[in-house]
Amino acid sequence: MKALLALLLLVLLGAARDPILVPEISQHEIQVRQGFKGTELLLFGAILTPEGARAAQAYDIVVVLSGPPRSIVLREKQKVAGVWINAASSDFRSAPTFFAVASNRPIADIVDERTAAIYELGLPWLQLSPIGAIDPDRQRRFAAGLVDLMRRQGLYQQDEDAVSVSGGVLYQARIDLPSTVQTGTYTAETFAISRGKVVTAASTTVEVRKEGFERFVAVTAERNSFWYGVFAVLMSVGMGWVAGRLFALV
Amino acid sequence: MDVYLPIANLSVNGLVIVGLGGLIGFLSGMFGVGGGFLTTPLLIFYGVPPTVAAASAASQVTGTSVSGVFAYTRRGGVDYLMGAVMVVGGVVGTFFGAGLFRVLQELGQIDTVINILYVIMLGAIGGMMGNESIQSLRAMKGGAPLPARRRRHHPVIANLPWRWRFYRSGLYISPIAPLLLGFVTGVLTMLLGVGGGFILVPAMLYILGMSASVVVGTSLFEILFVTMLATMMHALTTKAVDIVLAILLLLGSVSGAQIGAQFAQKARPEYLRLALAVIVLLVALRMALGLGYRPDEIYSVADL
Repeated sequence: MKALLALLLLVLLGAARDPILVPEISQHEIQVRQGFKGTELLLFGAILTPEGARAAQAYDIVVVLSGPPRSIVLREKQKVAGVWINAASSDFRSAPTFFAVASNRPIADIVDERTAAIYELGLPWLQLSPIGAIDPDRQRRFAAGLVDLMRRQGLYQQDEDAVSVSGGVLYQARIDLPSTVQTGTYTAETFAISRGKVVTAASTTVEVRKEGFERFVAVTAERNSFWYGVFAVLMSVGMGWVAGRLFALV
Repeated sequence: MDVYLPIANLSVNGLVIVGLGGLIGFLSGMFGVGGGFLTTPLLIFYGVPPTVAAASAASQVTGTSVSGVFAYTRRGGVDYLMGAVMVVGGVVGTFFGAGLFRVLQELGQIDTVINILYVIMLGAIGGMMGNESIQSLRAMKGGAPLPARRRRHHPVIANLPWRWRFYRSGLYISPIAPLLLGFVTGVLTMLLGVGGGFILVPAMLYILGMSASVVVGTSLFEILFVTMLATMMHALTTKAVDIVLAILLLLGSVSGAQIGAQFAQKARPEYLRLALAVIVLLVALRMALGLGYRPDEIYSVADL
């Protein structure tokens, strides 16, 4: 009984000693409207002791921003009879449409591989939930292919120099969202890491949505596809006709 | 000038798209083809998703063919009966093409099929046109008259049953031939987002043997209706018609088409045909190389 109490006390004390992470984002809502060229998100916040004082030790900060997941088919081209065609494919149940990892120094120096894999700290540890029979080598090849493809499109990022911590209290990270981002709810998770262990984590969300005319077009194309098509046809006929008339006058 | 395309989910330079439309419109006005065979690959090259590119290119071809049809109607250059028969074939072909598109998309082979179709058709037609225009240019230089064509139309065409009279085309043939031709262009319109003018015009001239004065007008007439239907089909099935992209393309191409048409009246048709043949062959060559070379992207993503 005494031992149990002592253990409980230890746990409580341990919990009490965990620092508090207060995360914030420059924008909680990103509006995709005409002229949207992508945006830069500033993720910042403070690490404090439970008493509200400055934390005694230095923490490493890793920020992970991930977009709404979707089910995808990833196809791989191979050369068949002299022609490059889609020869193999793999299905993934939840590939994030956007995934960015920012840290204050290389992830490999902050945590060991096991911890990185558990918390998905870094692109190599992305959990993609493959569907169907799993051959580890093949899965690894496909996952690497997806990460490489998305990375070059700017939709997957890993920047090991994007977080700056000032005075051991304030941190800030910058993450670029390209114009090709999908709409939906994005989750930003911030991890404070000390001596290779995640000591505390906090998350906030960002909503990316189309607004105004862009929203109207996207919704109409989806819900009133018949009238949308009619409008597209009428518009192209009208524009061709008007141009013909105008130039006939010249 | 950055413009966000709401369906393609992408920000593009609007002036580049208008310029692209203008260039394609100029070519289409000059040569009497829709120009879709250039729009789709160029848009994909610019980063627009292939399905959105094909769907929006169809509406651009509608726009460019409208003014052409009006112009040819005034000159009596449209054989409405022949056009109507081809439109019927085209409608059936569009539905068939929509089904084929979905099946190929599920198999993941749509891009390869599109590329191979482009290479075969552009190569064959470019070769045929180039050969013909070089021969006629040589004959012009040498002063020797062109050898008379041995036959009016393909013997198979003449043997088909139920012949109809097509007065304006000067033909007495079975409607099955133009019906099939319409069907093929309908399938191609749906798959490639092209109007099919670059196939229709040579096929109407050399296979059906229509009189040259109504060929371009009638092919534009058929293309107009088939691309209108294709736009509708895309809006209903793939939901990939990007109205903003279409407007940008149309702005450029409808004006480009008018300038091209005026330009065409001053140039010699033999040179025009040779130039078109060269363009068509270049596109075919580029796509053929693309099939054989290791592509930049080995992997591609599609929604499950």
